[in-house]
This record gives sequence, structure tokens and C-alpha cells, in this order.
Amino acid sequence: MANEAVKYVWEGAIPLQIHLHKSDVASHPAPPPALVLAPRIGYLPLLIPHIKPYFKDSLPPGEDSIWFDYKGVPLKWYIPTGVLFDLLCAEPERPWNLTIHFRGYPSNILIPCEGEDFVKWNFVNSLKEAQYIINGNCKNVMNMSQSDQEDLWTSVMNGDLDAYTKLSPKLKMATIEDDFSRKASLSSPQSRQGATEMDVAGQVKTARVPVRLYVRSINQDFENLEDVPEIDTWDDISYLNRPFEFLREEGKCFTLRNAIESLLPEFIGDKAQTSGEERSKDDDTEEADGLLREMGEIKLARIQGIEMKLEIPFSWVVNNLMNPEFYLHISVLVKAPQR
Amino acid sequence: MNSGREVIDGRLTVEGFSVAARAFADKWKTHNQSLPPWSWVPLINRTLLLSNQEEGYLSLENILILSSLEESTEDESLNVATECSEKEEPVDHTILVQNQENEAHYYDFHIVYSASYKVPVLYFRGYCSGGQPLSLDVIKKDLPSCSVSLLLQSKWTFITQEEHPYLNRPWFKLHPCGTEDWIKLLSQSSISAGCQMPVELYLVSWFSVVGQVVGLRIPLEMLN
Repeated sequence: MANEAVKYVWEGAIPLQIHLHKSDVASHPAPPPALVLAPRIGYLPLLIPHIKPYFKDSLPPGEDSIWFDYKGVPLKWYIPTGVLFDLLCAEPERPWNLTIHFRGYPSNILIPCEGEDFVKWNFVNSLKEAQYIINGNCKNVMNMSQSDQEDLWTSVMNGDLDAYTKLSPKLKMATIEDDFSRKASLSSPQSRQGATEMDVAGQVKTARVPVRLYVRSINQDFENLEDVPEIDTWDDISYLNRPFEFLREEGKCFTLRNAIESLLPEFIGDKAQTSGEERSKDDDTEEADGLLREMGEIKLARIQGIEMKLEIPFSWVVNNLMNPEFYLHISVLVKAPQR
Repeated sequence: MNSGREVIDGRLTVEGFSVAARAFADKWKTHNQSLPPWSWVPLINRTLLLSNQEEGYLSLENILILSSLEESTEDESLNVATECSEKEEPVDHTILVQNQENEAHYYDFHIVYSASYKVPVLYFRGYCSGGQPLSLDVIKKDLPSCSVSLLLQSKWTFITQEEHPYLNRPWFKLHPCGTEDWIKLLSQSSISAGCQMPVELYLVSWFSVVGQVVGLRIPLEMLN
């Protein structure tokens, strides 16, 4: 479905200002920062061929092992660049100031990345996992010819949506739809042939959607995003890689809020745990407010840089805002429940 | 509606995993006394998000391995020594020859449930006594030779280095794609014997295969 929204996602980019870490500076004066436009759906190591020329004359002798940090936090290169930005910058910083290192890879924290192959296989493994979630098996990815897999990856690397759109049907990913999107697509003038096939084949009652949730939990309420404290380490972020599951039911439409709350049932929403005290239904409004304060609350959900209205139908979000490996990455800022 | 007590299509629900894990840990403790017991780590200790007491993973840590200079052809188990002082004498195959580097390698093993693949996944890491992580090249020398040749054939799809789902650190993982297929084969043999594989035996059956990749054998009694 190469529509407006998908094009918007593929064209999304983040201006980066990359500073060479001072311990890697062997020239005088120190080189100025490099300015690079990073595709949101891409990965930081893919930018290295564009960045290295700026700094190569300043580097000390030795072999490169390249990594990036933001305010001292080493960046996980296997997370799409746009997701890193949405998650680590509560108040978006433009350009985004990152530091590049050519030595001293923190291999106790980051898995190694020794070239484009590593990034490609991370992508392919995520794609397999997503296909497993959606289709129930990953045989289509496994059976793809070597050259098709290469071409698919190249289309992602180059941000070439046209090439990607020609290749992705070979993956035969089942469509993700609930009653809302099914009715929407039936009423549209051109019903895709794929949808009809899936309707017959997709008798699956329970549908699963690949989701990666990155959750930042803050203890106090805040007025502005710039008041949100900075992240010191990845331990400040909770990562959940688990699919959203739902039953295809007549008349049922899931919102983004429903999806997020179902992935974090103990943390926010109706089922959130409150203190051990009993709450009776006859409580007056003051008590009820107290209850609300005790539950966690979604303050912000960002997908592809967009601050989402939580009432948007989830199927629309998935179909339009997912990454090329078919995962929906959601950065969430939550006010922690008061326990 | 699957109550979680059944193994369907070789896969487990998250509730089934909790049941299977506890059963596995109990049997291990009873039948496999040459090794320390597995412990259950509730996820609530690892992430803020889940206060459900039922979710967690199994952990077996600080296993000391000294690889032998000669590979024994019949017994491909890792030469494992126990750290703790046990009253029992160690079994024969744990008598050790020191490895070429003359250093001790320690291993941690975690069995974590994958919500995506609906099967357990084995994560492991190796380190030396100073705590420095071991690279895959070094670990390969500790693995049984059949695993090593499989590794060489498929660099990216057999053992991969990935971030631990809950610990923010690099671990090695046995790729789960395909697990359900061979578990189904194992269940079919019990189906032809007239019974469905009970969920309590899932991890035992699973580990009887997976454990061999990393050289951890389980005694046959555990399969009963």
C-alpha cells in the first residue's frame, strides 16, 4: 500500500550534527562537526561512509571500531535512527547532536557491528520475526532468493520505496486488519486483490501484530517536555518486544490506546494495580481522582516522529507507520503509577 | 481456548512456559545433581512494566568449564565442574584437563520465553574469572564439535549475538526459528504412543535437544 503516509514515513529524516569524540582527535585544530541527514527508517552504521571522510585525517593510528553516543549514552545501532531520536529526545533537538567514536567500542554494552552485513542481518532477523508473528511462520522470508533478499535490503538502505514496493509482495505478509480497516477497504473503489485472498485464507481468529515498545517512565508530572529529565543509561528505558494480539470480531475496532494498554496491563489503564486498599463503587469523586492519580498514565506516544492521538484506529497506525521490517516501533512516555 | 496446559503445534503459551519451567527446574534438581539447580527469575525484578508474578525466566549461572585438550569422541558433553562444595564426589566425566589458555571459563545460561515465536529460547554468555566476556571464537573451543560445524555453515542463523531481552547486555542466543518443528516431531512420538505431550515435559524435551548444542546433557530419567 504505497500511499501518502507510507511515502511520508520513508522520506522522514533527522538532521544530525556529529562531533568527533575528543579522545579520538589527533589533529590540531579539532575538526568541525559533520552534518548529515539520517533517514528515520535507517540505521546509524549505514551513515559511516558519509561521516568518516570528515574525520579520517584527524584520527589516531589504529583500527576503527565505530560507535555513537548521545549525551554519554552509547547508541544501540540496531534500533532505527528515528526511533532512537523519538525516544532519547523528549524535546526534539534539531540538529540532533551526537558524538562519534572510532576507538574503544563498549562491547560489554553494545553488540558488535563490524560493517553493513551486521546491519543487514539484524534487519533480516527482525523481518523473519515479524513474519513469524503475522503469518505464523517465516517460510516466505526463508524461501526468498538470495538476490531478492539483497535487493530488498538495498531498497531499505537507499530509502527506495518504489523498489521496496515491487519486492515486498514476495513476502506475502498477511494484511493486518480488524473490522474497521476491512470495512474501509471494502468501501474503497479498488479493493486490493490481496485482501480478498487473505480473507479466505486468513480464517485465523487471533491476529498478531509485531510491536516494539520503548517505555520511559517518569515519576512526577511535568508541564513541558523540556522538563523531562535526560536519560543516563538504557536501564532508564524498558523495552518490550512482544506482539499485540487481538481476536477478529464483528464490530471491534482497536485504538492505539487499546493496543498500548493491552501490552502494559499491569502498568496503566483499568487493570493497573492500585494500593492494597479496597475501593468501593460508592466512593465520591475525590476518591476516584485519587484512584486515577495512582494509575500510570500515557503522557506521550511517538511513532515515526509523530505525537499520536491515542484514539486513532490501531490498524491504520500499523499499516501506515510500520518500519520496512514490518515492526511498529512505539516510544512511550508514561507517568509511573504511584504505588 | 487453550488453557495453557497443552502443547499445540510445538508452541507454548506464556502460562505454559511458567508451568514447564518450574517442572523442568524441579526434575533437574532431582536427577541432575552434578550441576547446580536452575533458578526462576521473575520479570518483575528486571523490568518496571510487568508486575505479573507469573512471568520470568530460568537462570543457571557461574558454570565453570575447563575444556579438554583432546576431544573425546564418545562423550561430547562439556567438562563441567561445580563451583559449590558438594558432599558427593563429582562424576567421572567432570574430571578435567586444563585448557590451552590455562584459564577458567564461566558460563551463564538463561531460558527465556519468546512471545514472538511462542517457544523458549536459550541465551548464554561466557566470561573468564576477571569478568571479561568471551568472544564467540573462544566459546567455539568450548562447544561440542558438531555445534561448531553447524555454526560455520550458517553464521547468522544459528547462534547469534543479540541483546538480552531484559538485561541490556550482549548475549549469545540459539536461534528459535525451527524449534516448533522439531518439538512437533518429539510430540508426535508421544502422540503415537497414545498421549499428548504434557506441558510439564515441554522444557525437558526441548532441553534434551538444545542443551546438546552447548554441551549440557540431561540424564534420561528426566524424560519420564
